[in-house]
Amino acid sequence: MSLGKDLVGLEPLSAEQIRLILDTAEPFKEVSERPIKKVPALRGKTIVNLFFEASTRTRISFEFAEKRLSADTVNVASAGSSVSKGETLVDTARNLEAMRIDMVVIRHGASGAAQFLGQRIRSNVINAGDGKHEHPTQGLLDMLTLRDRFKRIEGLKVAICGDILHSRVARSNIWGLLKLGAEVGVCGPASLLPRNVHELGVTVLPRIEDAIQWADALNVLRLQLERMQGGFLPSLREYNRVFGVTSDRLAKAPKDLLILHPGPMNRGVEIDSDVADGPHSVILPQVTNGVAIRMAVLYLLAGGSPDWAHQAGGAE
Amino acid sequence: MTMRPIFIRGGRVIDPSRGTDATGDLLLRNGKIEAQGPGLGRPDDAEIIEAAGRVVAPGLIDLHVHLREPGQEDVETVATGAMAAAAGGFSAVCAMPNTDPVTDNQAAVGFIVSQAQRAGKARVYPIGAISLGQQGQQLAEFGELVGAGAVAVSDDGKPVVSSHLMRTALEYARTFGIPVADHCEDPTLAAGGAMHEGLVSTRLGLKGVPAAAEEIMVARDIVLAELTGGHVHLCHMSTRGSVELIRRAKDKGLRVTAEACPHHFTLTHEAAEGYNTNAKMNPPLREPEDREAIRQGLRDGTIDVICTDHAPHHYDAKEREFDDAPNGIIGLETALGLGLTELVHGGLLDLPTLVARMSTMPAKIFRLPGGTLAPGSAGDVVIIDPDVPWTVDPMAFYSKSRNTPFGGRHLRGRADVTIVRGQVVFRRAG
Repeated sequence: MSLGKDLVGLEPLSAEQIRLILDTAEPFKEVSERPIKKVPALRGKTIVNLFFEASTRTRISFEFAEKRLSADTVNVASAGSSVSKGETLVDTARNLEAMRIDMVVIRHGASGAAQFLGQRIRSNVINAGDGKHEHPTQGLLDMLTLRDRFKRIEGLKVAICGDILHSRVARSNIWGLLKLGAEVGVCGPASLLPRNVHELGVTVLPRIEDAIQWADALNVLRLQLERMQGGFLPSLREYNRVFGVTSDRLAKAPKDLLILHPGPMNRGVEIDSDVADGPHSVILPQVTNGVAIRMAVLYLLAGGSPDWAHQAGGAE
Repeated sequence: MTMRPIFIRGGRVIDPSRGTDATGDLLLRNGKIEAQGPGLGRPDDAEIIEAAGRVVAPGLIDLHVHLREPGQEDVETVATGAMAAAAGGFSAVCAMPNTDPVTDNQAAVGFIVSQAQRAGKARVYPIGAISLGQQGQQLAEFGELVGAGAVAVSDDGKPVVSSHLMRTALEYARTFGIPVADHCEDPTLAAGGAMHEGLVSTRLGLKGVPAAAEEIMVARDIVLAELTGGHVHLCHMSTRGSVELIRRAKDKGLRVTAEACPHHFTLTHEAAEGYNTNAKMNPPLREPEDREAIRQGLRDGTIDVICTDHAPHHYDAKEREFDDAPNGIIGLETALGLGLTELVHGGLLDLPTLVARMSTMPAKIFRLPGGTLAPGSAGDVVIIDPDVPWTVDPMAFYSKSRNTPFGGRHLRGRADVTIVRGQVVFRRAG
């Protein structure tokens, strides 16, 4: 079993392919715990990190994953590049291809940009977030974090809370979790829920209190501050009062809820600091898992065998 | 100029304007229809076209095309558009005014008229702008536009946002007996939208345009038609709600007419899967229920005409991210084939009704020559092979552009010969 040429989203993947990535990530976790955090799995491979949108954590996470696999990497940000001179995505892609690269990691503001690129170049393409479509490695690292804590995904109830409408993280989590047999709830103001979202197979939870009663874990999305200008919400203050994940609200939960957040957080808006820093928060373990997931994806797309991942990862 | 008469022998002659559907002959002379009936005498000097097994009908008329001249001659010109029209069976097309500069004055209208005359293919009737520069502020000079040859006014490509401007346009147009054609779209609901708002837009993460964006403006225009007594023509209808609103308006006897495009009676929003930019147009492809409502509207006459909204774009304009690709597809060379395949062979319409939707009704609504085979009328005729199977090959189009979602599609039926002013302007080889 392989992943195919590109990773553009979790929707096109099978449950087996998703499990393969999660399982392959396990031995790579250990690499990052060593004093010398490097294995030779991708030695000689050239990878371009093509970031058309600002990103700190995802870009650095990919870069660490690439370097720890010994790949040669180049970072291209849109500002100051040919993109800012009006070059089209297809021309950028062809020029990269002409330099005989092996893989492209792309973050882009337009939904479908990763697929577009993948259909036009022979190199492997990894989607690091395309518009409002998908952010597959984020979905995978969230699932790895859930699996670490619960030892399973199947049967878990995961509520994704916040701006579902504009969230690529939400879409990747929905597809991935549903494929592995979890129940998925979405919770947010109706103005931030996409049309027909229930037809994806998720439960719509109208109030944050409903989500807290229902779920085993909350994945709290970042509220983009520009949504106020878009007329989707009246104010951050009201959002926190009505939809904020606070310790008062969590105290009424029938059980301890695991708290995830893809970052960067707006403390005091979608999540209160005492929750984010509290005992049930796995926000930092998510970041740690992000590197392992990205190492697994890079390794598998480069043709690495899952059977050799332990050796590649150097685990005993 | 003298020209040979044309004698079309033994075809199935369909003329919805007179309720004709019978085997017979048709004689054209001096640019006009001279006679029609069974067993006509053949003038010795006439060119004979054998039409046995084929349909002889008034030339098709498309009320809604974008020919891009002046301004974007790299993607289409009046001449190439008129040739593509002829190859699609159209003897006349109406060119929307969203050119660069905008067709909002008599000189601009006259330019299109003269380019069409030089091309000498399908007739091209300019549509003038409603507002200067299509800015939605100040009315264009309808009187001078009509004097120069405009057959209607429209700000197509953009909605008429101001209800006051739409009202005065409908009132003022009455003086000249022309319809006001409106692109119905509430700009605040449609802002930033790239496709229909529904399950597919949710999955693809694209901003959707709800059906309500169209229906709100359709409802407003109907109310204004009632207020003013003016003739509103509703462009490229795409939703079930619009069809219902128009049906009610017609029941009330209001002067409301409507058009729909082949892509809206053939495809749904699923066609945008994979971020296919050739399935991106405005209004967008909608849901199966909407497509069915458009089909039923065409059957019962709620939708009066089929138009193409022929919208050429350069291939690299469509070769980009879905959000950034322009709206629109070309349609002149596939419209008849899709109408025959989807509607006639699909069992929804009979052939005379398809001819009515593509010729007789468009002529009537915009008060154009043609749409009839009555003796003395314009010598505009199409000869259709209604059954021939063919495969859409965009590289074989006469249009300068190739942006169609129908490439590779198998269709049944197309135009073989198009005659304009008594002269053959297109004859399919082989």
